[in-house]
This record gives sequence, C-alpha cells and structure tokens, in this order.
Amino acid sequence: MKPFVDLHDVTHVYARAEDGVPAVKNLTLRINEGEFAAIVGPSGCGKSTLMKLATGLQFPREGTVIVDGRQVGAPVKLAGMAFQNPTMLPWRTTLDNILLPLEIVEPHRARLRRNKAEYVAKAEALLEQVGLKGQGHRYPWQLSGGMQQRASLCRALIHEPKLLMLDEPFGALDSFTREELWCVMRDLHAAQKVTIILVTHDLREAAFLADRIFCMSARPGRIVAEREVPFPRPRDLEITYTPEFSALVHELRGHIAQARRAA
Amino acid sequence: MKAKNQLALAPWIFTIGFFVLWEIACRALGISSFILPAPSTILLAVWEYRTQLSYHALHTLWMTLAGFGLAVVFGLLLGMLLGSSRLINAGSYPLLVGFNSIPKVAVVPILVFWFGVGWVPPVLTAFLISFFPIVVNVATGIATVEPEMEDVLRALGASKKDIVFKVGVPRAMPYFFGSLKVAITLAYVGSVIGEQNASNVGIGNLLTRASAAFEVPLVWASLVVLAVLGVFMYAITAYVERSTTGWAQRSQMAA
Repeated sequence: MKPFVDLHDVTHVYARAEDGVPAVKNLTLRINEGEFAAIVGPSGCGKSTLMKLATGLQFPREGTVIVDGRQVGAPVKLAGMAFQNPTMLPWRTTLDNILLPLEIVEPHRARLRRNKAEYVAKAEALLEQVGLKGQGHRYPWQLSGGMQQRASLCRALIHEPKLLMLDEPFGALDSFTREELWCVMRDLHAAQKVTIILVTHDLREAAFLADRIFCMSARPGRIVAEREVPFPRPRDLEITYTPEFSALVHELRGHIAQARRAA
Repeated sequence: MKAKNQLALAPWIFTIGFFVLWEIACRALGISSFILPAPSTILLAVWEYRTQLSYHALHTLWMTLAGFGLAVVFGLLLGMLLGSSRLINAGSYPLLVGFNSIPKVAVVPILVFWFGVGWVPPVLTAFLISFFPIVVNVATGIATVEPEMEDVLRALGASKKDIVFKVGVPRAMPYFFGSLKVAITLAYVGSVIGEQNASNVGIGNLLTRASAAFEVPLVWASLVVLAVLGVFMYAITAYVERSTTGWAQRSQMAA
C-alpha cells in the first residue's frame, strides 16, 4: 500500500522560537491511505507541529512532506480539522457552522448557493450520525461541550476530506462523553474510509481507536516507537477492559515514561 | 417580572430625580439663575426659544449624523485593514494615536482655511473626533480571531480575505457596536465644536451667540437639547446593537 501521508527526515524550527531548538527533528512517519493513526507523546513534544506540517500550514526547514502523492508547498485543501476547543462561530447556527468549509473549498464553494438543499441534507445526515439529529437550528452556545465537539467533527467531515486531523479532540470532555465520542469516531471512520491522524495524550483512546500508534519523544520530537494495534474491527468498548488492551496501554506508557526521562 | 419593570423604569426615575433635586437645591439655596438656572427656568427657555432651538438642533443633528456616517465607513475599512495586517497595524499606530491626541478644537481653524465657514468644518470635526474608537475596536476584533479557527480555514485553502470576511468581521461586530456608542456621543462634541468656530447655524453657533449676549437660560436650554439628542442617538445605536449581535450578549451581566 502506498503511504498517504509521508514525512521523511523532517526537521522544523519555528521562526518565532527564541532558543532556536527545533520543534521536531529527523522525524519520519508513513501513514497509509484509509488508516487510523494515533500519535502520542509527552506534552510539548511537537505533536501539533506534526499536524501543521502534514496539512501544509507550516513548511519543514529540512526534509520532505508528501501528502496524497504530492509534495506539500501550500495548505493541502483536502484536510478536515478538529481541536480540543470546538471553535464554533457563535453568530452562526450549528448547521451553518457545519456548512462553513463548503464556503471555502472548491468545487463546493461555487455550487453551494444553488445546491443548498443538497448540502443541508448532507449536513443533517452527518448530524444524525454523531447523535445530534434535529439540533442544527440551535446556536453552538446552546449546546453542551460534548455536543459542540460532535458538531465540530461534522464540520471537519462535511467536505468529505481525504485526511482528518484530530488534535486532542476529546481532551476537555468528561470520561463518559469521551467514550461515547470514541464510538462516534470509530463509526465515522468505518463509514467514510478517511485517513485519520489523531493526536492525543490519552493512551486508552489511542489504543481503542487506532490501527497504528506512534510514540513521540520529548522536544525536539521524533518517532521513538511504532506499534500496530491488533484488535479486530469493529471494536466494542468492552475490549478496553481486556488484559490484552491493558497490556498494550501499559507498554505505550512505558515508551512515554522513557521519552520523558530522556528529556 | 417585577425586576424587569424596575429596570425599565429606572432610567426615568433616576433622570427625573436628578432634575427634582436640582430644582430643590436652586430654590432652597436661592441660587441666582445667572449662575445656575433651575430646571423649570430652563424648561421655560426651551419652550420660549422652541423654533430657534429646533431649527439649530436639526442642523446639528444633521452635521453629527453626516460626520458619524463618514466615521463608520472609514473606521470599518481602516479597522479591517489594520486588523488583517500586522505590518500595517504596527506601522500606522503611532500616526493614529498621535493624530487622535491632537485636540480637535485646534484643527477647526485649519478646516476653515481649507473649506471656509459653513457645513464642512462641523461635519469633518465630528468625523475626525469619532473615527478612532471605531478603528481600534474593529481592528482588535479581527486581530483576535482564534488561531485554531484560522488553522481550520487555512487547511481548507482559505485566503486571508476569506478569513477576514467569514470570521473576522462578524466577530468584530460586538466590538464595533460598542465603539459606536462612544463614537456617536463624540460626534456631537465634534459637530458642536465645529459649529461654535466655523458655522452660522447649529446649536454650537447658538451657544456662542447666547453666551456672548449673556442669555444664560438659552445657553442652558441649548445644552439640555444637546444632551437629549445624544441620549436619543445612543438609544438607537444600542437598539441596533441588541438586534444584530444578540449572540454576543448571553452573559448574566448583560441580561
């Protein structure tokens, strides 16, 4: 299988970094098309930098970033993103928030006005998939944090991106809501066949959702371990209570602890 | 419901109470109407000079609105420019702040050299005095767009213009309306200063003539008319604000 996201020997230093220490150094990472990859690591290890590099929001100082067979020289235009903070626009209804990417991305941008009904139907179908059926007319601030995060996932998916970037999307939620959203995410991935990169601190989350987990070292970040997740799909939440699952999480924890000590 | 009624009545009660106290103080202490006329005397003067006052007040209102309108358009445009470019922002702030620190009354003579006495100096003074808060607020609103939101849109290939118009400008609207409340009252100050120095009509001009003739009640009557106009325009801006940016006023403090 050809890699969909291919970072080769990438080193990146932010222009604003005062100490000149690279955020990531000699980072190599290959993620296949349709794969669900998780990236875990100690805080400040350059996980978010990796997201910015893969979406073309930042360009590496050294090394190459190839996404979908092309070297990245500008924002990739095929990515959807969701963050820990849902960043919904408060003056738009939830539905209009979800439609926002279509006002930017071609070919939808040119078609949106005339084919509004078709896109609204699509947004409502997505809302139903994440468990927000019929909530589109409400404003984001009338929704709970978990509901806003669901809507934010819809916004990231509305334009059928080939690449979905999730930066600790469930970090601010309570653990029950978080587990519910894991299942939502699992089902969305199964239904859409999109390549997903999930950046997270939560090792259980990575183990439950991902096909492959990458552990990063402390700053300057690079990949120190790579682990296939053997559990067959579809996965049930119950697997998180099996000894195999605990063993995997324990092993990952070992990598992170080592990375922290090395720093 | 009771609390809501109280809130609606409070402005009237406080205002009437203020004038009643004033009246009582004037009568009890026997203050000469040359020093401080009682509200009843001022009210009589307003009635007596009603044709003059309404003629000049309408003119002032017109000057103020024209200057304010210019300030809104110019302030929005410049604010958008400053908010979306860090370079232009950094470069032009010293100029803007320097300009805003000049007392506008000192600029009126220059306007008279340029445009002569008439309607232009009051309109321009109103404009010059009121555009600054609009620029600063619109620029702040646009410059403080959440970086995550910017990333979401940029990763989709959004241009700077897309981000400014889809997110920056709507986001700046509460700041914009907040600044309009400051700007509209400033615009009155500007047009009156302009009229006092460079016009043959308007409340400002009436004030100058009335004070030269020691017609104290007329001076006070003009001031009251100005205040009423200011409150009136402020209420209109506040109403527009509430009906367009209700989403921004959800806190308990605003309720």
